[in-house]
Amino acid sequence: MTRHLLTVHDLRVAFATEAGPARAVDGVSFTMNAGETVGLVGESGCGKSLTALSLLRLVPDGGRIAPGSRITFEEQDVLAMPERTLRALRGHRLSMIFQEPMTALNPVLTVGDQVAEVVRVHTTASAGEAWTRAVDMLAQVGIPDPAARARQYPHELSGGMRQRVMIAMALILEPALVIADEPTTALDVTIQAQILELLRDLRDRTGMALLLITHDLGVVAEMASRVLVMYAGEVVEEAPVALLFDAPGHPYTEGLLAAVPTLDSTRERLHTIPGTVPAATAWPAGCRFRDRCAHAWERCTTEPPALAQLGPAHRVRCHLVQEPERRRA
Amino acid sequence: MSVSSGATPLLEVRDLAKHYPVQGSWWRSPSQFIRAVDGVSFTLHAGETLALVGESGCGKTTTGRAILRLIEPTRGSVRFDGQDLLALDREPLRRLRRHMQIVFQDPFGSLNPRLTIGAAIREGLLVHELAQGAEADRRVAQLLEEVGLRAEHASRYPHEFSGGQRQRVGIARALAVAPKFIVCDEPVSALDVSVQAQVVNLLRDLQRDRGLAYLFIAHDLAVVSHMADRVAVMYLGRIVELAPRAALFAEPRMPYTQALLSAVPVPKPGRAPRRIVLAGDPPSPANPPSGCVFHPRCQHPAKDARCTRDVPVLAEKSPGHWVACHHVDVTTPLPPPLAPA
Ligand SMILES: Nc1ncnc2c1ncn2[C@@H]1O[C@H](COP(=O)(O)OP(=O)(O)OP(=O)(O)O)[C@@H](O)[C@H]1O
Ligand SMILES: Nc1ncnc2c1ncn2[C@@H]1O[C@H](COP(=O)(O)OP(=O)(O)OP(=O)(O)O)[C@@H](O)[C@H]1O
Ligand code: SF4
Ligand SMILES: [Mg+2]
Ligand SMILES: [Mg+2]
Repeated sequence: MTRHLLTVHDLRVAFATEAGPARAVDGVSFTMNAGETVGLVGESGCGKSLTALSLLRLVPDGGRIAPGSRITFEEQDVLAMPERTLRALRGHRLSMIFQEPMTALNPVLTVGDQVAEVVRVHTTASAGEAWTRAVDMLAQVGIPDPAARARQYPHELSGGMRQRVMIAMALILEPALVIADEPTTALDVTIQAQILELLRDLRDRTGMALLLITHDLGVVAEMASRVLVMYAGEVVEEAPVALLFDAPGHPYTEGLLAAVPTLDSTRERLHTIPGTVPAATAWPAGCRFRDRCAHAWERCTTEPPALAQLGPAHRVRCHLVQEPERRRA
Repeated sequence: MSVSSGATPLLEVRDLAKHYPVQGSWWRSPSQFIRAVDGVSFTLHAGETLALVGESGCGKTTTGRAILRLIEPTRGSVRFDGQDLLALDREPLRRLRRHMQIVFQDPFGSLNPRLTIGAAIREGLLVHELAQGAEADRRVAQLLEEVGLRAEHASRYPHEFSGGQRQRVGIARALAVAPKFIVCDEPVSALDVSVQAQVVNLLRDLQRDRGLAYLFIAHDLAVVSHMADRVAVMYLGRIVELAPRAALFAEPRMPYTQALLSAVPVPKPGRAPRRIVLAGDPPSPANPPSGCVFHPRCQHPAKDARCTRDVPVLAEKSPGHWVACHHVDVTTPLPPPLAPA
């Protein structure tokens, strides 16, 4: 049996709300190997960022990782380790590019200091060395005039430049696993291509694994070898990337792919999935997608579908796996 | 829609600029400036969408904010609905704000963490005396549903929402006051494609029904191709190409636009696009290159000494298609402060 770099088992995160506990992440399991790039996609609010934050034990206030959840990284039990061990891990072996750079950057420190700080905390480098490495890394993520930019504060940079500062902080120590939450959505496509190239290069050179959360299915197609699709706190599909695009198994994934706008599309209305996600405080009894699903039948109302094997590496949480004849054209 | 359309535009921006002083320090003279926006001109008609695209840091957000006077422009003029915005005092400007809204790029930074999102959306309704009491509640619930959230979300605080949910709160807040013009700064970038499709359809429906005009800033060129009537491409604080949507995507003229379009990822595994990889670093707006600002990275085969020496003017190459490049045959050059409509 090969040892996985990361194993997530039955991860559950809930928030106490006025309407009762909101089960925002509700039994997520997956594994990742060294050097692998896994795409994580899904409806806005389905629990992708919370899943990512849980891997670093950074769940926001009010949220709680339920007992029984297990996260193993490099054979260490992340949820049980002391805070000190965890801090040594974060930013070093396991790092994260956050979705909202403005909230993750310190407004009163120059961006160069913040990148250099990562080096100072985790290595024995001198202040001067750390600064040099920081400027070098800012150049690698495509920041023009990096020596001058390093002396600026976050509010003086454009949205995309802040994002690249975050990317520089996450990559500077060449971690074993990078969790990237929408790393390139704030960037124009030419810089995006450059960042993706940098991530690919690091992956090939250092064997870094990448958990890539993104709404951009073009980026997924280009970067990931395997894709996890989440909906309403659960993984609803897991497939090798080519299979996911060619033969999606879950009706939600189908709807998602149909909604992708393309450059050559005319200006007709974009395809949407009717309805909205149910509330996390009251997940419906059967399939969580059924109110929006074109194929739903009685079984979908009463019985929650399990993540079932559709092919060798293809798993789908839908009753259609057992009853494919129910699929409507 | 073009110079010849005759009708008075809703918005007319001329030679807009915003320069930030570079912090003076002993090794750098304080007289240096970051030319975040450096002479941008365009017009926008009611019911029209002009998309603004370009490299990160090229000045898109600054342009949008300077138009609304959320930051004071260094020079230029902005006419909105017949009024000179830059000449207005605070009070009339405040009243006019009802008609000009913005969806901010950073949805978290733009929401007050101590206000429920219902209160945030209602704020505009109250300030501009559009609705109150139960009527305001009803409007808030309706707006939340329009952007794909739930009415009961109104009592929650911003930190309780995901990135994409906050972005939709920002959109609901802008729509609440029924404006005539919205600067949409990356309004759908944090949304999954199905919610994105819903919001894009909503914005277009509102445009059709109410004649809304959008300045639509986005990195996602596929979304731009769905939303825009015309597209302006910015590079280093200037517009380098402006054309009707179809023309820009079918026949980009400026070498930077060509590189930009070639970099769009294709949602099909194993079919990486043939990219024009831009060589060299993006230039610094504190120290823009001489001549054509794009010349250090330009791969045009005809690039020559003129490119490094003379600034190319934005000129109308074919009807409605404006390009700033020495090596596109120029038919009608125009003086910099006057610009394409
Ligand atoms: N502090 C909180 N209190 C209550 N609910 C919360 C809190 N933080 C997050 N949530 C809820 O948890 C759910 C999952 O949030 P998460 O940020 O993981 O979504 P996401 O999949 O990353 O979405 P997006 O694509 O929009 O970023 C959301 O529905 C959100 O409303
Ligand atoms: N307050 C400020 N002080 C100094 N420089 C600033 C300030 N705000 C913006 N800038 C600079 O102005 C330039 C344009 O920034 P702007 O935010 O308009 O870019 P943008 O095109 O919106 O980029 P993005 O796509 O990354 O959001 C950048 O070089 C930025 O660093
Ligand atoms: S289980 Fe039923 S409702 Fe759910 S996705 Fe499958 S067919 Fe649709
Ligand atoms: Mg998120
Ligand atoms: Mg911006």
